[in-house]
This record gives sequence, structure tokens and C-alpha cells, in this order.
Amino acid sequence: MAYDTFNEPFFDRNTVFQNVRRRAWITVAAPVVVCLYLVYTWFAFGVPQLLSKAQPERAAILATDSVAYKVHVTKLLRRDIMEVSIEGERRATYEINQLPDWVEVEGTNAFVDLGEGYSVAITGKVMEFDVPDYGVIKVTATNSGVNTELPSGPVPEWLRDNPKKFDARPTLDRRVQVTRTKIEVHNYFGGWENFWFPFTSELHGMPFSQLWAIALSNERLDPSQSNMSYIMHEFLDNPDWQHGEVFIALFETIMMAVLGTLTAAFFGLPLAFLAARNFTPSKILRFGTRRLFDFLRGIDMLIWSLIFIRAFGLGPLTGALAIAFTDTGSLGKLFSEALENIDNKQVEGVRATGASQLQRYRFGVIPQILPVFVSQVLYYLESNTRSATVIGALGAGGIGLMLVETMKTSRDWENTSYIIILTIVVVIIMDQTSSWLRRKLIEGK
Amino acid sequence: MAVAALEQEILTLRKRRQLYSLIGLLLVVAVLMSGYSKSNEMNSGGFLQGLTKFFDYPGEIVLEAWEAGPAFFGLIVHFVPAMLETLNIAAVATLIGGAMAVVLAMTSTRNVDSWGPLIPVVRRMMDIMRAFPELIIALFLIFVLGSSPVPAMIAVAFHTAGALGKLFSEVNDNIDRKPIEGLSACGASWLQRIRFAVLPQVAPNYLSYFLLRLEINVRASAILGFVGAGGIGQELRRTIGWGKGAGDETAAIFVLLFFTIMMIDQLSSYLRGKLVGAGRAH
Repeated sequence: MAYDTFNEPFFDRNTVFQNVRRRAWITVAAPVVVCLYLVYTWFAFGVPQLLSKAQPERAAILATDSVAYKVHVTKLLRRDIMEVSIEGERRATYEINQLPDWVEVEGTNAFVDLGEGYSVAITGKVMEFDVPDYGVIKVTATNSGVNTELPSGPVPEWLRDNPKKFDARPTLDRRVQVTRTKIEVHNYFGGWENFWFPFTSELHGMPFSQLWAIALSNERLDPSQSNMSYIMHEFLDNPDWQHGEVFIALFETIMMAVLGTLTAAFFGLPLAFLAARNFTPSKILRFGTRRLFDFLRGIDMLIWSLIFIRAFGLGPLTGALAIAFTDTGSLGKLFSEALENIDNKQVEGVRATGASQLQRYRFGVIPQILPVFVSQVLYYLESNTRSATVIGALGAGGIGLMLVETMKTSRDWENTSYIIILTIVVVIIMDQTSSWLRRKLIEGK
Repeated sequence: MAVAALEQEILTLRKRRQLYSLIGLLLVVAVLMSGYSKSNEMNSGGFLQGLTKFFDYPGEIVLEAWEAGPAFFGLIVHFVPAMLETLNIAAVATLIGGAMAVVLAMTSTRNVDSWGPLIPVVRRMMDIMRAFPELIIALFLIFVLGSSPVPAMIAVAFHTAGALGKLFSEVNDNIDRKPIEGLSACGASWLQRIRFAVLPQVAPNYLSYFLLRLEINVRASAILGFVGAGGIGQELRRTIGWGKGAGDETAAIFVLLFFTIMMIDQLSSYLRGKLVGAGRAH
């Protein structure tokens, strides 16, 4: 290398151009490589087939069902009875004298007003569906199937008619089905049905102010317990929503995260001293501890939880141990790095006053790594709340497993969205608490 | 007199501080103890009888792997394509999420002249994106799109965008504003300022966080496979579901997963060390 008299580096023209060209090349090549990779994965993941197989109507069902519920008006033709119930559930059937005002039942015939001019009349085995701008559809159930008489004109898209079953859904919130055994009308309403109290409960449909009055009043609804606890029990034991079980599952998930993280911190700190160069002169011990950390981290939560599920069965203990094992590795590694970066002056200062080994650690070392310790533990606590839901889904229990199970049955989507909303709320609360604690403890604000 | 009063006050303050520390420590210990005894009750299998069974399962699969002999290595090779699929999920998710995170970070930091009214909106958006557990999005998309790697990819990318966006905007907060001011003095537009004044400053840190996230996402995609998103996780669920007899395959997957995660860990911490000088973690 040649230097000129002003001690400035000397660049020859060619080197400069070469460098510039290389950089320009990289700026073009890097995006091209990324794009090629994305194109490759587009086909490796089979996106084209996936898009053709996707079922967007499932998303629509899920979206409607999670914000709405339907009331069934059913005529069972074999037994010749008329039933009005929420979601067609036996335990949520209206008494004949308490029907909603949009249904009129006379004997086993009924007239259902679906609003906006839509109406259904059921007489014997004949169903007449009056659709505005289209006409009256007359469907008769026979012994072998259904007979449909449509108004003249083209058959609309929302109507499915075959000899076995008639199904019409002119709008998203109105639906009529006829088979040879039953005539069923669905009327959709917004909201979550029976969310607070089960349909059969005395407390069903009461406004909040009345509940409050009952809770404070002396006359016991149930002689064996106070009104307050009666209301609590009715709420938690709601069979449709299972509030009690959902809360327990959430509690399990939080417990997994908290116990796992605290245990990891508890074991990670002492082990970190063994892995730090300036505290452990023995090379073998240091090497061993570091490999232990790598091993614990490398096995990963997925494998740990599978092993623990085999050994300890379902429950929060399993999840907590899986988190604890993985994070002892991660936290230990972080702490040992923090320990290697401490300022030795403080330790020497404490030693100069004649402090013992233990006192040097307590007053020279711990105060220096405490902020790192606290903030990392809180960070991990936060991310472990999310991990705990996932571990739960693998089979460790808690809210994750509950979510997977309600999704598998895919019947009550409102329950799924209820669980999803609760989970997200809990994660956000944990997030906020941990960042609040971090601010409080480290910055002293 | 005043000095004595001051000393007295310092002494009481110190005592109170010690008391608080003690209370805090006792609280942590109490939470640990009661939590473990409570979770031991709630668990379907207890801790003590589980302890004796702890090595049964690992022992069982190691034994089966041993019996498979040299064919075991063939099994490991057999699962490499599935592992590659998991790596692809993680890589694509990190790329897409990272790109989204750059946009989010650039529109949510006052220090790089983001549009004022947008800043709180984008910040809240990132908070919500971070809060969504990947599992929920993945399960929902698997339901709509069917079992495939794409739902996992979208779920991980969504979470990554929020998490990286926050870290990126913290990096943006700490940059030197002089280049930005220099460029705006010669009339550069906002995009030009971002391209020539901000990006060169933040690139090493961005890349380092990006690699760290890639490491986390590989683990996340492996786990999501287990709930039906393809890749190595799905293979693992299949072999575990078979129970006895498939122990050698399970062991092969464990080994493959372990070495892949270790390799990516080491590679990313080496590269990060080169990028930002020291292996900064988290």
C-alpha cells in the first residue's frame, strides 16, 4: 500500500471502481436471489393447488357464527311436533307460552316472520316461503323426499333443490330447510346466546341492575347458599360456555409460563457463574456447563414437552418443566455473557475493603448484572406466555389444548372466538405488566 | 445534629429497602412452591411417579434407534426433505415479516421523520400483531386453507412483523440525525432520506435482529407443524402417534431437529458477531 505525504490512504482508480461495481452488483443480486427463492417456495409449498382447494366459505361461516347465533323453528314431521329452540339444543327450548314474538304457533302449524318481508308459513307438511322480489316457494314433504314448486323465472343461486332436500338461504341471516322428516327455519341474531347464564337458569336474560339487586337482597334464591355465590356458580357452570373451565385453563397456561420462567432463572443464574470465564478458571467445567446450555436450548421446547407429556401426563407441571428446561439454557447463556462483561473495578473495590468471596459476589457482581437479569427474565416471561399456549396445544393442557379441541369439533365457533379473545387479552396483559415492571425496576420510573 | 438525623434517615431507608427485597424474594419463593404443589395436583400424572418414568420414553426410543443399527442414518436422511420444508417456512416467514417490519418501523419512529398522526396507530398495530400467538392464526388458517405449510408461514410472518417492527423502531430511535438533515437540506424526499441516510446506518443492526428472529422462527415452525402445518413437526406427530415401533423414526427426527437448531444457532450468532461486533442477544 502506498501512502501520500499527508498520511491519507491512497486509492487507485481501479480499486475504487472495482469496489463500486461490486457493491452495485450486490444491490441487484440480493433482491433477485430473494425473489427467486420466494418463487421456488411458492411452488414448493404448493400455493397454486392450495388456492384452488381453499374454502373461503368456511371463513364466512366462522365469522358469522362467531358474532351471531340462530334460533331454530323446527317441525318434526314424524312425531308431528313444533319446537322453537336456540341453536337447536334440547336444553335451550322455549316453552310454548314464552315464544319469541316473531313466531306464532297454532297447534302444530306455525307462522314465522323473518323480517323485511320474508316469512314462512308451515301448515301440515307444507312449507310456504315468501321471498320479496321473487315470490312464494311452496315445498311439500312427502314420504320419499320433497316436492318443490318454484315461482316462474330463473332459479336463484341461494337455492339448492333436489328431490331429497330443499335448502334456501336468500340472505346470510335467514335459512329454510325441508327434508322428508322435518321442516326447519333458522333466524339469525347478533351476539352470543346464553353468554351469562344458561337458558334454564332463573337468572337468564336479567338486566345487570336486577342481578345486582338480587345479589344484595336477603331473600335467598337457593336456600343453601348466598345469592352472590349462587350467581357466581350459575355463571361459572354455564354448560354452553364453560366459563369455569376456560378460566382454569387460562390459569394453567399462566402458571406454566410463570413457573417455567422463574425456575429457569433460579437454575440459570448459578449455572451461569460456572460458564463465565472470569468466575470459573477450570476449562473443563466451563466447557461442560456451556455444552449443557447448548443441549438444553437445542433440544427445544417441542421435544422437551413431548418427553414430559410421556412422563408426567397432561397438566401445567408438564408445560412448566418444558419451559424451564429450554430456558435454563437460554437464560444461562445470556447471564454468563453478562457476567463476562462486568466491570472488574467494582469487584476489586469491594475486595480492597477485605470482603470475603461471598461478599464480593453479593456487593461487587450482583448489582451489576441485576438489571440484565430482571429485564431478561421479564422478556422471557412475556414470550413464554405465548409459548405456553402452543405447548398446551401439543398436549400439555391449558388454553392451547382447549382451543384445539373446540376447533376440532367445529360446532360452536362463538366458543372458539371467546377463547381466542381471552387468550389475546391475557397475552396483552402479561406484556403490559412485564414492560411496566421493567420500567419500574430498571429505570426507577 | 443534622448529620446525625441524615444518617438515621439513610439507615431507615436502607432497612426498608432490605425489607422490600426480602419480601420480594419470599414472594417469588412462595409463588414457586405453591405453584408447583398446585400444578402437581392439577397434572394428570404426579411428579414423583413421573420421575421414575422420566427416562423410560427417551430410553425406549434410543433402544429402538440402536436396534435399527446403520439404517438409523438412512432414516435421518429420509427426514431431511421435511426438515427443509420447516426451514423454508421459517425463512419465507422471516423474509416477509422482516420486509413488513421495515415498513412498520419506518412509519412509526419520530426520529426518521415518520408522519406524525400515523405513529401511534402503527405502534398499537405492532403491539396487537405481537400479542397474537402464532398458534391461533395458524389453526384458523389451517381450518380455512387446509393442512399445508402456508398457514404456518403466514402465522409466523404476522407475528414476526410485529416483533421485528418494534426492535427495528428502537434501532431507528438511536440513529444519528445529521445525515437526514444533510439530505433534507439538499431537497431529498422522505423516501430518498430513508434510503440514503437511514438504511445505511441501521442495516447491520436490522440484519442482526433478522438472523436472531430466523433462529426463533425455525423453532416456531417446527412446533406449528405439530398442529398440522406440514414440515418436520407433522412427521413427528405421525411417528409419535404410531407409538411403539416407530421409536427409531422419532429418534431420527429428534436428532435431525437438534442438530439443525444447533447449527442455525451457531451460524446466526457467528454472523451476528461479525455484523455488530459482539454477539448481542435478544
